[in-house]
Amino acid sequence: MTSNLSAEEQAVVTAVEQSAASSQLRFATAGSVDDGKSTLVGRLLHDSKSVLADQLEAVEHASRSRGQEAPDLALLTDGLRAEREQGITIDVAYRYFATPRRRFILADTPGHVQYTRNMVTGASTAELAVVLVDARNGVVEQTRRHAAVAALLRVPHVVLAVNKMDLVDYAEPVFAAIAEEFTTYAASLGVPEITAIPISALAGDNVVKASANMDWYGGPTVLEHLETVPVGTDPSQDPARFPVQYVIRPQSAEHPDYRGYAGQVASGVLRVGDEVTVLPSGRTSTVTGIDVLGQAAELAWAPQSVTVRLADDLDISRGDVLAPSAHAPAPTQDVHATVCHLHDRPLRVGDRVLLKHTTRTVKAIVKDIPSRLTLADLSHHPAPGELAANDIGRVVLRTSEPLALDAYVASRRTGSFLLIDPADGTTLTAGMAGHSFAEQAPETDGEATGDDEGWDF
Amino acid sequence: MTTVTPINGAGTGPDEGDLYALSHLDALESEAVHIFREVAGEFERPVILFSGGKDSIVMLHLALKAFQPASVPFSLLHVDTGHNFPEVIEYRDRTVAEHGLRLHVASVQEFIDDGRLRERPDGTRNPLQTVPLLDAIEKGRFDAVFGGGRRDEEKARAKERVFSLRDEFGGWDPRRQRPELWQLYNGRHSAGEHVRVFPLSNWTELDVWQYIEREKIDLPQIYYAHEREVFQRAGMWLAPGEWGGPKDDETVELRQVRYRTVGDMSCTGAVESDAVTIEQVIDEIAASRLTERGATRADDKLSEAAMEDRKREGYF
Repeated sequence: MTSNLSAEEQAVVTAVEQSAASSQLRFATAGSVDDGKSTLVGRLLHDSKSVLADQLEAVEHASRSRGQEAPDLALLTDGLRAEREQGITIDVAYRYFATPRRRFILADTPGHVQYTRNMVTGASTAELAVVLVDARNGVVEQTRRHAAVAALLRVPHVVLAVNKMDLVDYAEPVFAAIAEEFTTYAASLGVPEITAIPISALAGDNVVKASANMDWYGGPTVLEHLETVPVGTDPSQDPARFPVQYVIRPQSAEHPDYRGYAGQVASGVLRVGDEVTVLPSGRTSTVTGIDVLGQAAELAWAPQSVTVRLADDLDISRGDVLAPSAHAPAPTQDVHATVCHLHDRPLRVGDRVLLKHTTRTVKAIVKDIPSRLTLADLSHHPAPGELAANDIGRVVLRTSEPLALDAYVASRRTGSFLLIDPADGTTLTAGMAGHSFAEQAPETDGEATGDDEGWDF
Repeated sequence: MTTVTPINGAGTGPDEGDLYALSHLDALESEAVHIFREVAGEFERPVILFSGGKDSIVMLHLALKAFQPASVPFSLLHVDTGHNFPEVIEYRDRTVAEHGLRLHVASVQEFIDDGRLRERPDGTRNPLQTVPLLDAIEKGRFDAVFGGGRRDEEKARAKERVFSLRDEFGGWDPRRQRPELWQLYNGRHSAGEHVRVFPLSNWTELDVWQYIEREKIDLPQIYYAHEREVFQRAGMWLAPGEWGGPKDDETVELRQVRYRTVGDMSCTGAVESDAVTIEQVIDEIAASRLTERGATRADDKLSEAAMEDRKREGYF
């Protein structure tokens, strides 16, 4: 195939193709309706040359048929016919693009009020969240909601993209005031890192290329920031957690006695020679071997998928967790958590559900719903009785068997769980064990509430 | 802190100094293996859809790695349109024998022969695969069906879950998907329902090729440049065959081509190419200005929502 690439394009291509060992960043976008989120995403894809000719042709065709002269980049991320017919985004869509430095997986989440669950979904695996605001409107209720979700889900990096700067004459004071208000608010929620960037997604200012219209801004463009923000956490700082997915026993002539525990290291670093405790049974053994998909290794770290062999022939099966004996969580049947309810059927006190935590699924009863949280102003509503779809609140659960839970603030992977309807398997609720972002936050001037633990803003 | 040598090809890449960094290929591999093991742990009768195309070949490779030194605890299912590239069928049978796997074949031809399906006027059999697929899933009582679909392929796929619940008619309703959070996949389903599982959801075409290169995975030869008799139809190079091409006004010529995707012969186009090695193929894909479906799949040009419609009916 002959390609008619410019020298610049060829350089991008060569670099992308050589960077087989580049890192990967998962990020999510959130914005209110009409904040220009689809345009921003379209601009990122287009200006990073991730849009191919046939995709662009389709967008141009669709734009023309709607009477628009310039291709509407928002159409690049428009998915289903149901959405086109109703002019809405109904679900999280995943986008993929690459630059010479990084591969990106973008969870594109809609901004409608009723779709909090979609942002929670997108944020659950994201290491960075881009929150959009319209420079003309500033921080609105939805913005505070998005910041709260990012904080609640413990997304390590948040970018505030102040969009439509072209409509406020690229005025620095407008940007500065919005950035200040947002940063103060997000920091009070415990968001560890916030970067504010003035952009115009429509005109392309500071999305991929630095703006010629805002020389008062000296920071990175959105893409530059995405390319350079540190990804991942240092696993050596976290205690090892290894939920067993599956027991590998070939029982073949070649491997008559092989017994390996297959799983993905959920946090920390696991080493040959480590003394480990099997949870919830409490039995102990020593790691004698680690196989990284066929290669023997001395250690494995999150999120590698490996197979672990132990010195002792213990009764270990799917759902058990291996943890270093010195840093093992105490299994519990009483779970206190912050949850986001996802389903149209409300969650009520007394409901019998299934709780899925790492590789273990157990029965659980909703013992109490102490409070519901209003995300927009972080006010509390004690004893709401039930949580409706998109509600965030605190719950107390009693499980049929002990669980090796960590606090979500300590481990997103082993502190998270789902509640599932045992009747039809529906995913009802997303749960985060322990107290949430509040206890990380300094005491601020927010509204104090009657709830004395966790939610005092 | 002790010195750590990254293993399994884990490069530090641009984030140098990050001792425990995983390359994006290692991260994708680890995620896919996790998905295979989740299914092995939670389902009774999983099956891998295996067409002999590169995505299904990569899926099988990942499954083999996930359970070694034990064998793969799944069988394979091929939906055979009857319009196959002979090289691909040869590859399929060789692979099944090599790994001692069990292969189920659902034949579109049989459904046409006994009247349950009718040939389309355009001769394309891709959309006809849905009925034999659902029939095979029902007869085999498969509760988890691995597909090689990737979210970067097409916009309806971009909204697909890793675990995608299908009703008793095999249908996909994008508005009723379960939210999928963290790495917690919910595979619960009622009798008669099944779950489609997409371990390559987060892979791009380039990732697949780079992984094939890194793992030195053998592919059917038609993925590499070769001389072939082809004729042009609707802007695509199609290969003549029993499926019915070419028509009288279409002329066959000899071209140097390769395939970017492998599907039903009647609607899978070849691209002109000089890429005879994996390195050259990767260069070519990185430089391509067309998506693989745009370049090679006639069925996706049928309408703006062709894939969405097929998925709703139970397609892959």
